[in-house]
Amino acid sequence: MENRSDFVSLRDVSKHFGSVRAVDGVSLDIAQGEFFALLGPSGCGKTTLLRILGGFEAPNSGSVHIDGADLTIEPANLRPVNMVFQNYAIFPHLDVRQNIGYGLRHEGLSKAQMGQRIDEALATIKLEGLGDRGSNELSGGQRQRVALARALVKHPKVLLLDEPLSALDKSLREQMRVELRALQQKVGITFIFVTHDQEEALSMADRIAAPGEGAPSHGEAVTVGIRPEKLTLGDRPPPDGANGVKGILTAAAYLGERNHFFVTVDGVADPISVASQNSTPVDHKGWREGSEVWLTWEPAGARLLRG
Amino acid sequence: MKTGAKSRIGLRGLTLYGILYLVFLYVPVLFLPLFSFNDSLHIAFPLKTFTVKWYEQMFANQELLRAFFNSVKVAASVSVVSTVLGILAARAFTRYRFPGRRPALGLLVLPLVVPGIILGIALLIMSKWAGFQLSLITIAAAHVLIATPFATFVMISRLEGFDPNLEEASRDLGESGWTTFWRVTFPLALPGIVASLLLTFIESFDEFILAFFLSGDEATLPLYIWSQLRFPRNLPVVLALGACILLASIIIVAFAEWMRRQGVSPARNTKK
Repeated sequence: MENRSDFVSLRDVSKHFGSVRAVDGVSLDIAQGEFFALLGPSGCGKTTLLRILGGFEAPNSGSVHIDGADLTIEPANLRPVNMVFQNYAIFPHLDVRQNIGYGLRHEGLSKAQMGQRIDEALATIKLEGLGDRGSNELSGGQRQRVALARALVKHPKVLLLDEPLSALDKSLREQMRVELRALQQKVGITFIFVTHDQEEALSMADRIAAPGEGAPSHGEAVTVGIRPEKLTLGDRPPPDGANGVKGILTAAAYLGERNHFFVTVDGVADPISVASQNSTPVDHKGWREGSEVWLTWEPAGARLLRG
Repeated sequence: MKTGAKSRIGLRGLTLYGILYLVFLYVPVLFLPLFSFNDSLHIAFPLKTFTVKWYEQMFANQELLRAFFNSVKVAASVSVVSTVLGILAARAFTRYRFPGRRPALGLLVLPLVVPGIILGIALLIMSKWAGFQLSLITIAAAHVLIATPFATFVMISRLEGFDPNLEEASRDLGESGWTTFWRVTFPLALPGIVASLLLTFIESFDEFILAFFLSGDEATLPLYIWSQLRFPRNLPVVLALGACILLASIIIVAFAEWMRRQGVSPARNTKK
């Protein structure tokens, strides 16, 4: 799925409002089909960065390329990019179907094709049968689904999500993390989302960037956060010696589609969780609990955490 | 409780004040319809018998009807022009931050606070200087001047009431600025637009001083009424006319206010 590592490419992007440097020389590559998080406290420029990608702000300098095309000054309405707004921005004067179909007018579709696209979108977000609801008759979670469908129905190359879960209550938020992740895997579209919640970023994203945070200085103690499925289990160290750690296999679970392994590493209190799809051939090499194994990962799959 | 008793007396006093205030406000106005049905040329108690002949005379009066239609023509053009200008200005004030925004908002109030007679004289001098022929058009132009700030404030309060993200969402979904206006801004601002049309219509329809200075051969309704006051026997017809205008004004203003408040809360997009 990850065909191009620079599917979305920001080069030295800066944006200032008056004397405030909201975004200062950011360069970033995001791969096709990646679920990417921009993490940081409010005011760190992550929303500005998202709005630059959406075409709502023009950068003062730098360039924005998506799928090879220079979109730096392309207006929002001509970009192959759609956005889910923080408050969802559901059109209050339109019903659910009209909201979802809003952006299809310029796609040159017949009425029947349009209806079909809307039906598909309704099915994707599991709101079949609610198409005729008025936008004021929707719950917070339903509003979010409509906002997602309204953007995805356009088959964008990139979907932008501004704090997608912040308007939901806690229990729904946790459920939507899982659903959003599953939805992204299903549609295979590159998702870029903004959040201030580290846990949210770690639980959903393949990769995380924190704008405004520099590289760690030499000798600084940092924690590396890696999603379980981004880790690879092996019996020898990585060839270049970097991005690997030795540990002891403490538990293995075979859960149908997925295998879960737990590996204890010196200096780390909790066992590290490793997940692999059952379809990928894992050479077990006769590992059993207590075997010495190597954990390796791609640098792109890891995230530095401080503190 | 001492304080309770005290505040009860205070409350009673305030209620009395409120009633007196309303009597002072509305009783003089209510004399209009009352005497318009009185079968006498003189406005005096006791009332004589009930009649509708003043209303019959009113509808038979060609000069009066002509003035009425002049006023409708002027007021209709004024309401459309000033509301369009008001929408444009309100969009600029609510959606953009630009240098001079605050002073411009302040200057906008000026035509509302400059005394009508001063404005009338100034506009008359300017029309003469510029060589404009005084006519219904000069009256309408003057009315646009005072109605536009009014329309702008009505539209600002409406546009501030809805989420600018809705317009961005429309842009995001492929609509240009112009089509976004028609598909999102216009339908959501419609109650405000209707309110602005009605209120500016009334403002122009009722206006006397500017029309007095800037009229040519054709009179508007307030000018006609003024001209008739010299003839005591025409007074009851004027009362009948006044009663009609009063009723229409109340209905239009009440409807405009109702429209202005329509759907502000759902449009805010915060409802669960």
